[in-house]
Amino acid sequence: MTPFPLTLTDFLGHWGSYIVYLLIGFAFGFVLEISGFGNSKKLAAQFYFKDLTVLKVMFTAIVTAMILIFLATALGLLDYNMIWVNPTYLWPGIVGGLIMGVGFIVGGFCPGTSLVAAATLKLDGLFFTLGAFFGIFLFGETVGLFEDFFNSSYMGRYTLPEMLGLPTGIVVLGITIMALLIFYGGEMVEKIVGNKTAPSERPRWRFAAAGGLVALAAVVLVIGQPTTEDRWEWIADEQEALLAQREVQIHPGELLEKMYDKRLNLILLDVRDEAEYNLFHLLDARHVPLADIKAQTDDLRGEPANTLTVVMSNGEEDATEAWKILVAESVPNVYILEGGINGWIDTFASAEFKAAQSPADASRDQLVYSFSSALGSRYSFARPPLHEFELEYTPKVKMKAKSGPTSGGCG
Amino acid sequence: MATQSVPREARSSSWLRRAAKPYVHPYVGGILLGIVLFLAFFITGNGLGASGGMNRLLVVVEDAIVPDHVDTTPYLLEMAGGDRNPLDSWVVFVTIGVVIGGFTSGWLHGRLKVETNRGPRVPIRLRWVMAFVGGAFMGYGARLARGCTSGQALSGGAVLSVGSWAFMFAVFGGAYALAYFVRKLWN
Repeated sequence: MTPFPLTLTDFLGHWGSYIVYLLIGFAFGFVLEISGFGNSKKLAAQFYFKDLTVLKVMFTAIVTAMILIFLATALGLLDYNMIWVNPTYLWPGIVGGLIMGVGFIVGGFCPGTSLVAAATLKLDGLFFTLGAFFGIFLFGETVGLFEDFFNSSYMGRYTLPEMLGLPTGIVVLGITIMALLIFYGGEMVEKIVGNKTAPSERPRWRFAAAGGLVALAAVVLVIGQPTTEDRWEWIADEQEALLAQREVQIHPGELLEKMYDKRLNLILLDVRDEAEYNLFHLLDARHVPLADIKAQTDDLRGEPANTLTVVMSNGEEDATEAWKILVAESVPNVYILEGGINGWIDTFASAEFKAAQSPADASRDQLVYSFSSALGSRYSFARPPLHEFELEYTPKVKMKAKSGPTSGGCG
Repeated sequence: MATQSVPREARSSSWLRRAAKPYVHPYVGGILLGIVLFLAFFITGNGLGASGGMNRLLVVVEDAIVPDHVDTTPYLLEMAGGDRNPLDSWVVFVTIGVVIGGFTSGWLHGRLKVETNRGPRVPIRLRWVMAFVGGAFMGYGARLARGCTSGQALSGGAVLSVGSWAFMFAVFGGAYALAYFVRKLWN
């Protein structure tokens, strides 16, 4: 089981967990200040090629953090699924970025650095901060006018390795080398334009640091990022026990009750063949073949905290396979329909329907009932009335608090 | 040994007014910032942010003055509609931490000084106006882009979000494209 990120609210409470964020913010502000980011002249010099501090600090930070993050995920210490990756809204991001570029060169700061400048009594930082508040206010008042654009070109959680079709390790190593080349070029430019010839500005240790970063990036590449199978292996002992004790298989009666529970966001995943799904499925069940389950995990993790996911096949075998994938990929609150669709029909179909059947032998995950027409969820027992059935079962669903961030970035 | 003595000035810096120390080397600053960013993700799953916290602090004020307006504007509603508390968000605390951290470092390193950094030929009032105007652009753009340099470029960049990288190039592109035309502001 990957121990990080921590679910801070578990041991610090809701508001208590914010102390950690306060400390992180403190460290962030402190580092920005000692890097000279509270000084607008130093920031603006970036854009006249005189002093590339902004470029060096930013890219060094990104590369360092990137390598450490993907090293931690490769080693199974950190769950990449549980960290916030800014969703891509391509064009609003680019247009917003261009507007920010204008603000940067005119005002001399970005929002974070202006706070540091204001905190160290720089009056230009204070005016910039006030301006930023005004701009944010203006945005809140005007975003309604271009809501469509604001929400356009949405690509979800979309990463560079996915876009390039390359393993994460290659991308990490590539970005590291690219950054080092940019630093090399940047130092050349500084020498020419900024007359920076002082050797103290170019200490020897920076070659060692660059070598260290490349070496670590190479380690990330060699270890590789965990596959779904690796992730299952890490948790297999614990989870196989739950399966064996039947802690995660819920009775049809419990599922029916959940179908009527308006406080829940219930997601039903039917992993059978399309033909079987067309013959009969539960009301609002989505057809997701076993092979496509993994592609659903990003979306499922993005669902709200009150989401309960139930997977089903004819019996339990395929549903159990799907369950393993979902659990390995950190989807919370996933259960298996006990007895599958066969069990459901057995429990809820009318006596007449069952009387007309000669149930086949359920060998391996086969549909034992036959249907004369493919009515899908238009059978009455696709969602039978809740109170017509007196069923006894042990409720097993325990909704767990969602770990991992639902909103991040600058949300 | 009198020739070796430390200048009196440097020694007698009071606890409030310390001698200004130089900034750290950019690569040292970058590595430290990277470690902070990594720890943020490692411990909490969230990156860093600033403009989001500023947004929420602003909404607290709006909610106090014009609660009806907040309750009818979808964008504000998400943060402060009905009984929602706009301060109930991690990014607010990161933002407050940034201010305290910046202040502490400025104080420890003798850079806590009322001043206005500006180009040599820019009158002080013009610098203030430009800072406000630039800030307004920055604030507006940051919300449109769903994050600022911290929340998008640094955080999203480190975890390889496509949108964050596109955003980053747009910020630098926008600034470089305009830099020539406003060169008198800084040089």
